[in-house]
Amino acid sequence: MLESGIIIRALMRNKIGALLIALQIALTMTIMVNAIFMIQDRQEKMQRASGVDEKNTFYLTNTIFAQDYNMQAEMQTDLNLIRKTPGVIDAIQINAIPLSGGGWSSGIQREPGEDKDTIGSAIYMIDEHAINTLNVELIAGVNFQPEDVQWRASGNRKWPTKTIITQAMATTLFADDWQSAIGKTVYIYNDQAIQIIGIIKTLQAPWNGWSGVERSMLMPMQRESQSSYYFIRAEQGRRDELMPIIEQALAQRNKDRIIRRVTTLEDTRNKSYQQHNATNKILTTVISTLTLITGFGIVGLALFSINRRTKQIGTRRALGATQWQIMRYFMVENFIISTLGVIMGCFGAVALNMWLVKTFNLTPINIELMLFGIIALFIVGQLAVLYPAKKAALIPPATATRTI
Amino acid sequence: MFSYYLKIAWISILRHWGLSLLMVCAIALGIGAAMTTVTVNYLMSANPIPHKSEQLFYVQLDSWDVNDPFDHGKNPPDQMTYTDSTNLWKAQKAFRQSVNAQTFAVIEPNDPDLLPITADGRANTADFFAMFDVPFIYGSGWTEQADNNKELVVVINKETNDKIFAGKDSVGESLKIGGNLFKVVGVIDTWEPKPRFYDVTTGAFNKSADIFVPFSLIAEEKISRAGNTNCWKPNGDGLAAFLAGECIWTQFWVELKTEQDKKAYLTFLNAYVEEQKQYGRFLRPIDNRLSNVMQWLENQEVVADDAKMMMAMSFMFLVVCLLNTVGLLLAKFLGKAPEIGLRQALGASKATLFSQYMIESACIGLAGGILGLILAYLGLKGVESLYGDYMQGLASLDFPMTAFAIILSLVSTVLAGLYPTWRACNIAPAQQLKSQ
Repeated sequence: MLESGIIIRALMRNKIGALLIALQIALTMTIMVNAIFMIQDRQEKMQRASGVDEKNTFYLTNTIFAQDYNMQAEMQTDLNLIRKTPGVIDAIQINAIPLSGGGWSSGIQREPGEDKDTIGSAIYMIDEHAINTLNVELIAGVNFQPEDVQWRASGNRKWPTKTIITQAMATTLFADDWQSAIGKTVYIYNDQAIQIIGIIKTLQAPWNGWSGVERSMLMPMQRESQSSYYFIRAEQGRRDELMPIIEQALAQRNKDRIIRRVTTLEDTRNKSYQQHNATNKILTTVISTLTLITGFGIVGLALFSINRRTKQIGTRRALGATQWQIMRYFMVENFIISTLGVIMGCFGAVALNMWLVKTFNLTPINIELMLFGIIALFIVGQLAVLYPAKKAALIPPATATRTI
Repeated sequence: MFSYYLKIAWISILRHWGLSLLMVCAIALGIGAAMTTVTVNYLMSANPIPHKSEQLFYVQLDSWDVNDPFDHGKNPPDQMTYTDSTNLWKAQKAFRQSVNAQTFAVIEPNDPDLLPITADGRANTADFFAMFDVPFIYGSGWTEQADNNKELVVVINKETNDKIFAGKDSVGESLKIGGNLFKVVGVIDTWEPKPRFYDVTTGAFNKSADIFVPFSLIAEEKISRAGNTNCWKPNGDGLAAFLAGECIWTQFWVELKTEQDKKAYLTFLNAYVEEQKQYGRFLRPIDNRLSNVMQWLENQEVVADDAKMMMAMSFMFLVVCLLNTVGLLLAKFLGKAPEIGLRQALGASKATLFSQYMIESACIGLAGGILGLILAYLGLKGVESLYGDYMQGLASLDFPMTAFAIILSLVSTVLAGLYPTWRACNIAPAQQLKSQ
């Protein structure tokens, strides 16, 4: 079929040349498939929603340095000031910021006692404005009441008696029947009972690399602390204008503290995924340069082999071969080499993936990606050989007679 | 002869300039990619204190929960409890020893025009400075007496000294930190070990501390702790209960001069744990460890997985580029069959032909290597800007790396040129001459 027998016999006369291209294609496929896989894996992680209104939210750090500072009263005055500022939807004091990489976690257990299994969860210390400020969706149960919020002095280890948890946390705690979590009691610090009064859809923990990133709980409490965050949600599009206004208003209202690091949640997300993003960009560059190099390599080698076979091509033309038949010869030749290449590439890709799985705990690649790699490399090969093949087709039949 | 070969190589390279350019670019890209990742790995796994990394040891004791071992029992806890680190420090059984922990503070400058600033601090004991060879511009560290007497003394870094004291000798000045007046006893020069080996628990490539204060001040509530804290047993209320609890948040380093000292210290540690067992602590089997700097960095896996993965990929990339070069060189040299035949007929020996084509390959390799270095430089700049703070100071080419790049490119192209050259030398002259 398509004179492939002849082509293969001709290829056997220059095995090494063909093998080199096939090897290049194989390695390119090995790297391409695995790199794309890694990119997809990262992209999936980056696309997970944090649950909060990232576009319109910012936060700042309030660091107290004065010795006799009434933390509780000053916080209330600050929050009233922020909440009353035109353009602000709502604000809270919070102990940790989603995506930021720093925060609190604790083990939660279904039964009290010392040696019971615990499930790790991020802990956000907030007040009754949290649902509105974070813009999380309460899918079951009720919100906190103002009187639920308790103030915890430094060194005190008493937790509140009510909590709102994420759906993921509820699913983990109550084996998939997340709705049954409402009204149930769970335990923190081995034996302190907490009742689940509400479930929110999504609120990520601060650590994006943690396997339990979807498990968080809201605790209606404020802790005496030298440093804490004010988390502010602005009306649509007014975030940037409000940032300096709030910063100044707070800094001027009380000078016994430092207002610093006024940051948008979008920046925090970018920073949080900076490494993922960078790795993806580098991998993309690697894939594209690699494909280009392989492509150009095929072009160069094809051009050379055509130059060497000018006379033979001329002879074929003189004997009646059409231009299309000449082109077809080189395209089929490339197809045969590519086939060899992608077969080796499949093995290579799986081998590299196995190594990555073993060494870096990645997941195994899927078959779709392999198919994509195979098709992509066939296309690259055919595109690369197109120009040399066209050039070959243009060799006039007269060349065959000229140099004899 | 060498210059003559060079001349021929030059002519040949120019004649097929497109092909030559393709080869140079392919090698350059391969070398560039490989060098970028190798450099990042090299700097991440660098020895931050080469002259004494073998004498500094990080101490680990397994004080963790017997029901739920730390790290599934593979490694003892990565930090130490306050109780253990202060006990070991008080015992003074090593040549030098230092407890340290991260702290956080607000500095209120004496100059009322300056705004208060926040500072990343380290609470440590006196030996810290001598152990880690911290360079001083003014003054020195504090004495053990200051640790014991809980004196309010501070060592600040150059940056903080520039900010608050405009860079002058501030030894003896007072500085208000967290509401308390501290006396400045020393100013250190820029000291940014990469990796920041003395504390990898809060980011191995983070900035070094701005201020250093005696560790004993934490218990006095004169400075507040920061950094990672991990407890397996709930504590009672208050700071004293926290300090006495089973929470790990301190790091303990010792300096031991000889192998014998190390053995003696391990014996001491085992005895210490045995003694503590009497108080109902250390329920897990004894697993005390002394890791020197490089062992500790390896144990904590400071080289990022991403960096290792990229390095593996970039070497495969280089192999593709070299295969490309082999193919192109092969095509090129075989294309010269008539010329080779003619030269052989005129008396050129195989050795002559061999060295000439090797020189041609090496020229291409050298050009590719130099271009590759430029690409590696750009690549590192790119990596630095893409990764931001995380890669700060981890993306620079030093002399050994530059030399490595040139050698890598030369060796790899010469290897790539070997087979094509061999084929070219084995061309039968008669056949080539016949067809001309």
